[in-house]
Amino acid sequence: MLGLLIRRLALGIVTILLVSVIIFAGVEILPGDACTAFLEREAQGKLLENCRSDLGLNRSATERYFDWASAAIQGDFGVSAGSKKSIATLVGDRLKNTLLLAVCAMAAGIPLALMLGIVSGLWRDKPADLVISTLTIFAMTIPEFVTATLLILVFSVWLGWVPGIVLTSANAPVSEFFPEILLPMTVLALVMIAHILRTVRSSVIETLSSDYAQMATLKGVPYWRMVFRHVLPNALLPTINVIALTIAWLLGGVVVIETVFNYPGLGRMMIDSISDRDLPVTQAIALIISSVYVCVNLLADLLSLVANPRLRTAQLQ
Amino acid sequence: MQSDLLEVTSRTDDSSAAVEPLLQIEDLSIGFDAKSGDTLAVLRNVNLSVHAGDAIGLVGESGSGKSTLALALMGYLKRGLRVLNGATWFDENNLFALTRQQLEPIRGGRIALIPQNSGQSLTPSQRIGVQLEEALQLHTALKPGQYQDRIVELLAQVRLPDPGKLVARYPHELSGGQQQRVAIAMALAGDPEVLLLDEPTTGLDVTTQAHILTLLREISQQSDMAMVYVSHDLGAIAQVCNQVAVMYAGEIMLQGDVKQVLREPLHPYARGLLASIPRLRSEALPQALDGRPPAPGEVSNECSFADRCVLADTACRSQRPELMSLPSGERVRCHYHHRADAIPVTVESIQGARKEVASLTPVVSLDNLGITYHRSGLLKQLLGLEDQNTPTVQAITLALQSGETLGLVGESGSGKSTILKSVAGLLPPFEGQMLWRDNERLPETIKQRSSKQLRKIQIIFQNPDESLNPRQTIGEILAQPLKLYFGLSGQELERRSIELLERVRLGSHYISRYPAQLSGGEKQRVAIARAFAAEPDLVLCDEVTSALDVSVQAAVLHLLDDLKRESKTTYIFVSHDLAVVRSLSDRVAVLYQGRLCEFGPAAAVYATPSHPYTEVLLDAVLEPDPDSKPLLMTDDVVELSPPAAGCPFQRRCPQSLGQQCNRETPPWHELDGGHFIRCHLDISKNRRGMSKLPTVELP
Repeated sequence: MLGLLIRRLALGIVTILLVSVIIFAGVEILPGDACTAFLEREAQGKLLENCRSDLGLNRSATERYFDWASAAIQGDFGVSAGSKKSIATLVGDRLKNTLLLAVCAMAAGIPLALMLGIVSGLWRDKPADLVISTLTIFAMTIPEFVTATLLILVFSVWLGWVPGIVLTSANAPVSEFFPEILLPMTVLALVMIAHILRTVRSSVIETLSSDYAQMATLKGVPYWRMVFRHVLPNALLPTINVIALTIAWLLGGVVVIETVFNYPGLGRMMIDSISDRDLPVTQAIALIISSVYVCVNLLADLLSLVANPRLRTAQLQ
Repeated sequence: MQSDLLEVTSRTDDSSAAVEPLLQIEDLSIGFDAKSGDTLAVLRNVNLSVHAGDAIGLVGESGSGKSTLALALMGYLKRGLRVLNGATWFDENNLFALTRQQLEPIRGGRIALIPQNSGQSLTPSQRIGVQLEEALQLHTALKPGQYQDRIVELLAQVRLPDPGKLVARYPHELSGGQQQRVAIAMALAGDPEVLLLDEPTTGLDVTTQAHILTLLREISQQSDMAMVYVSHDLGAIAQVCNQVAVMYAGEIMLQGDVKQVLREPLHPYARGLLASIPRLRSEALPQALDGRPPAPGEVSNECSFADRCVLADTACRSQRPELMSLPSGERVRCHYHHRADAIPVTVESIQGARKEVASLTPVVSLDNLGITYHRSGLLKQLLGLEDQNTPTVQAITLALQSGETLGLVGESGSGKSTILKSVAGLLPPFEGQMLWRDNERLPETIKQRSSKQLRKIQIIFQNPDESLNPRQTIGEILAQPLKLYFGLSGQELERRSIELLERVRLGSHYISRYPAQLSGGEKQRVAIARAFAAEPDLVLCDEVTSALDVSVQAAVLHLLDDLKRESKTTYIFVSHDLAVVRSLSDRVAVLYQGRLCEFGPAAAVYATPSHPYTEVLLDAVLEPDPDSKPLLMTDDVVELSPPAAGCPFQRRCPQSLGQQCNRETPPWHELDGGHFIRCHLDISKNRRGMSKLPTVELP
């Protein structure tokens, strides 16, 4: 078990390192650099050279990679080419806001997804399932910017219940984001619910038709006891990994939603940094998002390892 | 009208016997609504009474409705099925009229089930103890404090070692035999009046199966619990039951005393079924039962067996026979049951030609072959560490003569299929080599082999459902080897495909069908045709009949034997079924834990089993004969990996010599013409007038 843990951790670290190399190389291959972007038309002669030596761009790529990577490990991503401020502080607030959005969406979405998934699995092909499954298809297939626009139209423009866009500044305290966060959170939760729900539903159906569920029935186990003791513990195991994937998508996929709602999160900062050609910031955000991705998946693997006796003891032997 | 009359008579019979049945199925028909809108019956007008102390066997091939009937005895229907007619009476109640709540105390309490596949029927997320405790909690008056003792008692009753520790295990941590024992313990927990067994030993190794059946027989003898034992295996039923009901196409065709039904049954189907079972003591191929059973809805007002019956005439095709009670106490559904004894139940004529094998030119020789599945980890490889695991298969030296059939037998995990994979080039060995004909070295992997070498060695897999591409027509499937090896196309390709289909006794109209439209036996014929399309010299048969019903199996065995004689092919025939191997093989190799134990002409190996493992295997085989009882020579422990040194069978051998067997690899002894045994025991002691033979090298 411990050996496995260490192996998984090591693998995670290797993955992040590889990703950092790819990100760095990707930015490196792009024509131009932070200085040409910042100086624009004045990017020539002495001015360009000064800028480059200020930012240390005249050293070799390998050298700069190691400087960047080792500083990044310590939480220092350098300075933004645009505002000359520390990226760590700039990103810090944005990361907090994105996490707030994600956590809210998860807190509302995951329990709802599990519940609805179980309901539609247990009452397969009954009216409840048909309604839930149809809505799920809509939630999955309509792009989130369309859903977002529709929700704004209905709840903000027509009904006027909640604000349609977020005007709170990036460094405002958490409490100030309510109720503005409600709409973006709902849109995120919708897509997430749809994905998780479908997995839960099919997993419940499959488990219900398993030999051991039939055996439990033929052993005289009352229905709800069978559902809670024999079916759900086995049906929900595979959903751990789907939830992890969805969370990872959530953190990367907020880009669109943050843009639509003008939400001051990491995703919008990424878009801004790309259009400003603020390469150090782009690099930092890409690295942060991919690290979160790896961490969440790692966590899910470990969690399902702990929850599944079959995996757990197979590793012990 | 007629069926009403019969019911009345059967009822009066019961009351005159003055013993009320515990459980009674009355004129029960179960079916499903097909997409076409028709209602198709899978069970038709079944009557069955179960009394205390009965041990009734329900035997039938796949699709005969035997499992549906067993579940119907608990008032349970699989999804999609519904009761069309009739009832299951238990305690004055029709089980199908009760609600789930009303059924709960009955199921598992008064009627308990031992399922087919315990590995999948035990809840994977719960410990054994928890699952047994649940049964006690639901169906006994015990107080929570008493559960633990009772659980240990139950586990001991089914002979599980160390019950105290076992309760903390999860199902996947047990072997197949142990899981089955836990399922039996769970069924016994509620102290049921009726015990239903749905193929409880199918899928287990012969020795494990013999142990479980012995246990079940003891349980049934010690109590007056009624048992209903569902199986396709007459051998298993013969061990446990005193009555047998033979099912065919959803009907009971014959019911009677086990001795009567297994020796001189009065129904043509039962006789055909008996003749199609390969016997351990007979080297003849079993008799095939031609044709296939009707699908649900295919027959209505006619005898469902008429199409395959030699006695059938117009009366059989126009009038469905009733289940008639005979004075002897049997019930039979046949117009001509009095003439049924004209059909033989055993195969007497031995097809001698098969035994005349063979030129002495080797087709393929395996020289000290060793195969392992272990791949040492990246870290170990980097550090250059030796792999400590014992190889899965080791020291296999065999030479196959042209035109012979070599049977490879052994329990699961004995390495039979592994060796086939290596010969086929699918799994490279880590040591030893393979030689083709005149010492032409056979490359280890498919990539290294020449097109000709690939063509000459073909393989047929166990399950045609998985080995045939479901999206290709039979024609496309057969065309592949023809195009690849012979470059055929157009009319020539089609002509050759049809020729192949006819060789495996399938009509040319099969060419445009898809595998899903074929029965199991037909699919396996296609797989055989595909192998023979390449005109191979060596065909590797990996459990090719294991997924088939016994009557279909006989036909496929005949086909394989015919093809071999027509085209002088050599077979390696792998099977866990010793009787099947016997019926087809010229020579037999017995494997245990990937090591050869015994090797020789089939007749010699089966007649004078000399290696202790061969003896254990043969004694555990179940014959469809109520008087033969399997002998349990050794326990049914499953070994996960072979021992590091000495004889592979050392841990289970009933005649182990101790240190010598544990340390030294036993030498080969030649007993008589080409019969070799690898054992430290002085085998000559057990044999008349034979002195100890010198150790020899295997050819």
